[in-house]
Order: sequence, then structure tokens, then C-alpha cells
Amino acid sequence: MATPNTPLWEVFIRSRNGLAHKHVGSLHASDATMALQAARDIYTRRGEGLSIWVVPSTAITASDPAEKGMMFEPAESKIYRHPTFYEVPEEVGHM
Amino acid sequence: MAVANIQVSETPLVLYALRRADDALILGHRLSEWCGHAPMLEEDMALSNIALDLIGQARELYSYAAKVEGKGNDEDKLAYLRDVRQYRNLLLLEQPNGDFAQTLVRQFFYSAFADLYWRAMMTSRDATLAAIAAKSEKESAYHLRHASEWLIRLGDGTEESHRRAQDAIDHLWAFTGEMFSVDDGERGLIHAGIAIDPASLRGRWLQTISDVVSEATLVLPQNEWMQQGGRAGRHSEHLGHLLSELQSMQRTFPGLTW
Repeated sequence: MATPNTPLWEVFIRSRNGLAHKHVGSLHASDATMALQAARDIYTRRGEGLSIWVVPSTAITASDPAEKGMMFEPAESKIYRHPTFYEVPEEVGHM
Repeated sequence: MAVANIQVSETPLVLYALRRADDALILGHRLSEWCGHAPMLEEDMALSNIALDLIGQARELYSYAAKVEGKGNDEDKLAYLRDVRQYRNLLLLEQPNGDFAQTLVRQFFYSAFADLYWRAMMTSRDATLAAIAAKSEKESAYHLRHASEWLIRLGDGTEESHRRAQDAIDHLWAFTGEMFSVDDGERGLIHAGIAIDPASLRGRWLQTISDVVSEATLVLPQNEWMQQGGRAGRHSEHLGHLLSELQSMQRTFPGLTW
């Protein structure tokens, strides 16, 4: 659907203090203010959020699916990068 | 209609709570009519959210009216088993949705009032009304922001959206005066510190809406004649149709729950 007056926005919600904003979806809105309101109305109806970011979808640069092999496969054989060889003290909290 | 209307003993406080409950229910119902029909999904959700806020306010106010009355009525009976002449909502709020601009302007005029009203009512000597006000004020503040931002974009948008927004303002303006009128029963509650005098809010209301309307490149009408009657049960032809839909289930299957 062509929506010249209401471009696409990506929505990020932070559910609690100390956590990062997470991508939750997208929406159409005429500008940033309206996008923020729409994000509140669509994505925080059940108390999901304390903070909202909206970003124009056009501002996002995405990796090329055709380059998947080069981009991601080299990491698959490096199991020593997973933090499973030491214990994280409980007091550290969210990592 | 298979079920008789209930009778309500309308003491000033019962009537006061009923009027505000009717305001919230009728506007909430009107907004719910948009569910599945709004111009875009985002707005479908936004209007439904506002509807649910208002129906929540209505439930608390009806429950309180029933409790104060103490005659065995409850929120459901008050909502479903009174006929059109027993409803005391503002005429503004029963006006049909019309186009999107008309829905938004109706919301804008009312929310700009409700925001000030509930904020002032937080100091009511009636603890229940003060508590309902504290909750409703946050909701109304958002409703006002939502309607204001939309009105600015409609007025300052395309030629067509500007025309429709101005038509809606011109059409609904004469229904705004009723928000600020008070009868003798309410005057007593105002003196007792239970209610606030809505006339005292009119200056700030006018300032709020003037600022937004002028930013929207729209104009407020100059005519001062105002339509009254809703608070006394004299309604436009639209409310009966609304109630016949709102009440059809309880009138047909009394006491039905799901």
C-alpha cells in the first residue's frame, strides 16, 4: 500500500529500568509525534512499557540476506565466545 | 422492549454522578462504533483505547451513583435499563460520529473540558469523586493530546481535511455551552465543596482550544447561542438510536451475562 502521507516507523519499547529498548513492531504515522502516540496506543495497552522510541524505517540500514554466509557463518564455530565457561554473580543482574 | 425501565431516586449527588457517568458512557459508545471502521489501523486502536478509558470511568461513576442511591440499582441497571429521557449526558457527546474530523472535534471540545474538570475535581470533599477524578485526569490529559495533535494536522493538512475540520467545529460549537451550565441541585453541591463550578473553567478551556485551533489554521465561530437540554433529559434524535443498540441485549435477554 502506498502511504505517502503516513510513512512507516519502527517502534522500540523499554519495559523496565535497566533493560534495553527492544524492537516490538512497526506502524504508519504522519510524523514523529503522531508515531509516538500511535506506538503508545498500539504497543503499550497492557502495561508493556516505560519508554518508547520511534525511528523512521527509512533510517534503518539492513544487512543483505545474500551475504548471510560471509556475515554470520564465521561466528558459528567460535563456541569459546559464549560466556558459559565462568559463572556470573547474581548481583550483576541483567547483562 | 421486554424489560421495564428502572426508577432512579435522583438526589442531587446521585444525579451529579449519573450525569458524568452518562457523559462517559455515551461518548465511549460513540467511539466504540469506530472499532473496525477507522481510517487506519493505528487510529482504530487509539479510538478504542479512548472508548475503554471512558467506559471505565462510566462504570465507576455508575457504581457510585447506585451506592449513594442505595435502592438496589447497580452499574448495569443504570446503563441498560433507563430510557432516553432518563439519560443526562451532554448533547455534544451523543452527536453522531460523522466523518473523522467530526469525531475528533467532538473529542477535542470535550477532552479539553474534561482534563480541566477532573483535575479540579481531585480536590472534591467527596473522597470517591476525588479518587475517580485522579484516575480520570490522566486519561483525559492523553485524550486531549491525541485530539489536539490530530486537529492540528487536519486543519493544517490538505484542503479537504481543513474544510472538514472547520465544518466540524462550526457544526459542534453550539453544543459546547452546556458543559459550563449548572442547575440548582449542582449549585448546592458546589457550595458544599463536593462539585466544582464548571463556569470557573471556561476561560482556561477557551484558551486551550483557541491555541490549538489557531495552530491548526482554523477559526472558532463567533456565535454565542448555545443548545441546552441533555442535562435535563431533553435529547437530540440521535440518542434514542444509540441506546436501542447499546441496550438491545439486556432488553431482549434480561440479566444476560457472558
